[in-house]
Amino acid sequence: MKELFLVVHSLCTGFYTTLKHIFRGPATELYPEYKRPLPARSRARIILTVDPDGRERCVACYLCSAACPVDCISMQAAENPEGRRYAAWFRINFGRCIYCGLCEEACPTAAIQLTPSFEHADRDILKMVAEKEDLQVDHCGKDPNYNFYHHAGVADAIRPKGGHVNESPPVNVRTNMP
Amino acid sequence: MGLWLTGYAILMIKIAVILTGVLLLAAYLVLLERKLLGRFQARIGPNRTGIFGLLQPVSDGIKLLTKEDVIPQGAHRRIFLFAPAVVAATALLTFAVVPMGPDLHLGGRKIPMVVTDMNVGLLYVFAMASLSVYGVVLGGWASDSKYAMLGSIRGAAQMISYELALGLSIVPVVMLAGSLSLVDIVDAQAGRPFILVQPLAFVIFFLSAMAESKRIPFDLPEAEAELGSGYHTEYSGMRFGMFFLGEYVQMQVLGALTAVFFLGGWRGPLLPAPLWLLVKIVLVVTAMIWIRATLPRFRYDQLMGLGWKFLIPAALINIVITGFVMVGI
Amino acid sequence: MTVYAVFFYIIAALIIASAGLAITRKHMVHAVLYLVVSFIATALLFYLLGAPLVGIFQVILYAGAIMVLFLFIVMMIRMAPGADRPFPAGHFIAAFGVCGVYIAAALVLAFFSGPEAGRPMAAAAASPAAFGFYLFDQHWLAVEMISILLLVALIGALHLGRAGRRKQSGNKEP
Repeated sequence: MKELFLVVHSLCTGFYTTLKHIFRGPATELYPEYKRPLPARSRARIILTVDPDGRERCVACYLCSAACPVDCISMQAAENPEGRRYAAWFRINFGRCIYCGLCEEACPTAAIQLTPSFEHADRDILKMVAEKEDLQVDHCGKDPNYNFYHHAGVADAIRPKGGHVNESPPVNVRTNMP
Repeated sequence: MGLWLTGYAILMIKIAVILTGVLLLAAYLVLLERKLLGRFQARIGPNRTGIFGLLQPVSDGIKLLTKEDVIPQGAHRRIFLFAPAVVAATALLTFAVVPMGPDLHLGGRKIPMVVTDMNVGLLYVFAMASLSVYGVVLGGWASDSKYAMLGSIRGAAQMISYELALGLSIVPVVMLAGSLSLVDIVDAQAGRPFILVQPLAFVIFFLSAMAESKRIPFDLPEAEAELGSGYHTEYSGMRFGMFFLGEYVQMQVLGALTAVFFLGGWRGPLLPAPLWLLVKIVLVVTAMIWIRATLPRFRYDQLMGLGWKFLIPAALINIVITGFVMVGI
Repeated sequence: MTVYAVFFYIIAALIIASAGLAITRKHMVHAVLYLVVSFIATALLFYLLGAPLVGIFQVILYAGAIMVLFLFIVMMIRMAPGADRPFPAGHFIAAFGVCGVYIAAALVLAFFSGPEAGRPMAAAAASPAAFGFYLFDQHWLAVEMISILLLVALIGALHLGRAGRRKQSGNKEP
């Protein structure tokens, strides 16, 4: 008798729960009409950012290309007259990219970054290949203050060697005076 | 000859109306189920094709018709092609004996609102139910796939077992109505629907009819989790569509039979008779969708246990009690 | 020829053809299916002759229950299809002999019976209620005996199932 009561009670609980959901209303967000703002760190479309001075951050070190598990990043390094490295061409095949974010982690200059913008499907797979011009943006992305050359320990146009943030002037190795 | 031709024309018109209605309703029951199930799960359900997704059945139909019809290698071709038709046809044929309303008087002619009023109508319903087993068994066997085979074996065992409970649960109704004709059974409920007199028979009938039409929680023959989709794993395109159609027509059959046996058929105040039947069918189908949204699938031994150890003995006891009460009164 | 006669001959031809195919097919499942077709056609014939009850019983019992069990067994054992040679001639002669005698007897009976035999199925054409009254009024003893037989079978099956369970009573459920 007690078992029967238990059966009936649990059945009623179940049916009541599902019935409640009808009046609760749907939790669905209709996608194209309402686009839920994604977290800043969600990973989708890749961009190449610039440093706070407005110069391109990428130094064509190939680390992102090496880190990429699906080999979708390729580039050609070059050097400008000033002696600063840059990518002559930079290509990401989004047809292959798995949006894992390893390139972003590998990048020493915070140049390559993943953004939340994800609506880039195309019927033609060749249109998924993005060149440097398609990737470059004119802002700093997620890291607005970082400038690699301010930490790199090399001289640039503004400051001499050792004049950057948290740096002390180079030690004169020819003397042992403190 | 003229009389014969008029009769023939009237019959054809009735069949056309009922077939159109049943098929249209089947298409929209799919939508109803998807919508309701969505709501039960705090979703919306289809809402893209047409307002409220009202054109969804049309696009589903176009999709199924234009998809490739794959016939697996090693399948028994002819039986494979034939099996879905059995399921759909037996379900549709059942509607031949369901009364849709009181007799219509048109130009001095009495037109019964039923395709054919057999004096063995109820047995005809069971005959169709027992023939629909063939669709499931042959479809699974002819696919030459182990999942389909397991599904069809489960289906055959389940449908044979629950046919007994289904038949026995209706016996008290037949005893009360004194006839096997569905028209007479509806007429016998002029005063009160039989659900008030025979609640136990209603529960047994409803459960075993749900098992007969392989709905969740009795969907072991198609068990998506363990068998792919059971006996129609290998089907695609419109042949799968036929199985699908058969399932939803069977839901309607179940709704119509529940209405006829227990809810007073087309009887009801205010609304016209066929509309009342429609309302009752949709009510029963909604209850089935609610059950689907709530209960998980039975285990195989629980399924057989419920059928043989609970439903059949309960139905037998119900018959005996009904007999005693009727003799006593 | 009336419409009924046309239907009769079509259905009769269907029955003969499917029954013939049922006994000559090597593939078991095909044979079973042809037999089912033959049973359903027979039911149609009964309906045509004004005996819907018998026709429906034919479908429910033979086509719906017994043949499903046949099909079930045939599917389960998955018998290798037999060698592709015809049955020995001796079998054919014996079969045709028995069938010939049977058909001849039926024909002779039909030929020499009077016009009052033109409707021999008055009992079969009865309504379900009349059929029930007849059965339980005239043949109640036979009905009771058969029901006791079924009860014995039921209890026997229960006993067998129970005996099987007692042996492995150590583990309850996996």
